[in-house]
Amino acid sequence: MNADGRLTVGLAQIDPALGDRDRNLERHREWVGQATAAGANLLVFPELSLTGYFLKDLVPDSAIRLDDPIMGELAGLSTKLDVVLGAVVEDPDHRYFNASLYFSHGELVHLHRKVYLPTYGMFDEQRYFAPGDRFRSFKTGFGRTGILVCEDIWHLSSAYILSLEGVDMIICPSSSPGRGITTDERLGTAESYNLVCRTYAQFLTTFFLYCNRVGFEDGANFWGGSMVIGPNGDIIAQQEDADEALVLASLDLAQVRRERLANPLLRDERLELTINELRRVLHERTRKPF
Amino acid sequence: MSAPASLSEPVFPPLAIHPELVKRILVGFIRNEVRKVGFERVVLGLSGGVDSSLVATLATEALGPRNVLAVVMPYRTSDPKSRNDALQVVQQLGIEQLEIDISPQIDAYFERFPAADQKRRGNKMARERMTILYDQSFASRGLVIGTSNKTELLLGYGTIYGDMASAINPIGDLYKTQVWQLADAAGVPTAIVQKAPSADLWAGQSDETELGFQYRMIDQLLYYLVDHRYSIDELKRLGFAEAFVEDIIRRVRDNQYKRRLPVIAKLSSRTIDRDFRYPRDWGH
Repeated sequence: MNADGRLTVGLAQIDPALGDRDRNLERHREWVGQATAAGANLLVFPELSLTGYFLKDLVPDSAIRLDDPIMGELAGLSTKLDVVLGAVVEDPDHRYFNASLYFSHGELVHLHRKVYLPTYGMFDEQRYFAPGDRFRSFKTGFGRTGILVCEDIWHLSSAYILSLEGVDMIICPSSSPGRGITTDERLGTAESYNLVCRTYAQFLTTFFLYCNRVGFEDGANFWGGSMVIGPNGDIIAQQEDADEALVLASLDLAQVRRERLANPLLRDERLELTINELRRVLHERTRKPF
Repeated sequence: MSAPASLSEPVFPPLAIHPELVKRILVGFIRNEVRKVGFERVVLGLSGGVDSSLVATLATEALGPRNVLAVVMPYRTSDPKSRNDALQVVQQLGIEQLEIDISPQIDAYFERFPAADQKRRGNKMARERMTILYDQSFASRGLVIGTSNKTELLLGYGTIYGDMASAINPIGDLYKTQVWQLADAAGVPTAIVQKAPSADLWAGQSDETELGFQYRMIDQLLYYLVDHRYSIDELKRLGFAEAFVEDIIRRVRDNQYKRRLPVIAKLSSRTIDRDFRYPRDWGH
């Protein structure tokens, strides 16, 4: 964070090479250099930025373990600014996770394992990955933050949980393939994500960083459209097209306080009521005769 | 035959596209999928029809005219107008061109099988053209770029290992009526966009006569059936005739084999494409 209470965030809208970890790591170094030179305090890379997305049977070959030497190299990216990047993480029990890692001052601060693995239509993640089992926020140098990877945001409860933990910012790394052609100048996917991300920012009165990748894998296009959204739902910066780009935005962090004064939605949220009602729903579901 | 209300409209509204957006994606697709596997060039069969003229146009924008080789491969019964249309596209785009009359090799083969019908001869011609394209692919270090659209692929209105063979296909997810829209916007000559679609295996052949239905009607049905998984009852409620629906469903089902690699007998624990699954773009 800068002395004036502002934070410069960067979204690295890149085109990772499929299954080529070394090349992608080198590219991460280049983008970190660019973002540092541009004065960014935080740089977000897309989902699976270190490996590419449609890995299929390449998942085990692309994985890193938290005790691998490469972890030192990844942490080393964050000496001058905080870095969020995507990787396949293998646990000691040999489960593979689609994970997003947050590094700061040369250390791993947080690791989010993607919970909701899309396995329908063109997606097949549950064939290759194990699901994460938690949504947790964490403290950064500029407030409380949470990470949701791509499909995680299509489940209302994920962002809701982070919100009740009091996050100032939600970071969403994504590898969203573009589809849905109409007469609109944007793809259907782009429209949907714009709607969802802005809705979360406004409903939860939080900054929302959406970083999507670009490029093509096996004919599928990734539409980019990375955006920074303020706690009032307004888009602060967006890369509209599907080219590689460093999207930069200067955030006034005090905007969260002002927004929550104007719209005290979080204050008025009835957590206990929600839990009681959910418990009742669960109870009734389990009591159904068949 | 009954149809939903919109046959009178030039384009069935749900199949209307934003041509600039689609063109941008397809040009990016060609550039990316060709270059990342180490190629600069593409080779395509240019018939003078709207599909191959559109693909030539997209490839030219993606790679530049010197990196597109159009091979024109008429047979002696092909309509001479098709050749002229193809040459007009070559000239307009300024791309490389090679003309090979396939009559000698086709006729030499069928001297032994003089009773062969038109369909058999047509399939042989399509495969002859394929072998020429793959030979030119090797000779000129260019990927073979396909020109089959989604309507043809779903109906199986093409020759397996003939015109259906290619390394990459930019228009395989566009219905014929969408190809027309994109071709028109991309600057394909109007006469080519507006002429009656034909495989041109003999003069006067017409896709729509052979299929028995108009593309506009088939595409509407496929849009609901394939893209939105409407049931037969739901399709009938929309106004499609039951016989039409059943005929199209049967064609899609009966031609599934053409859209797949050959079936491999399962023996080991990892069989190609069943449980040995790697992306084509592995390492690129």
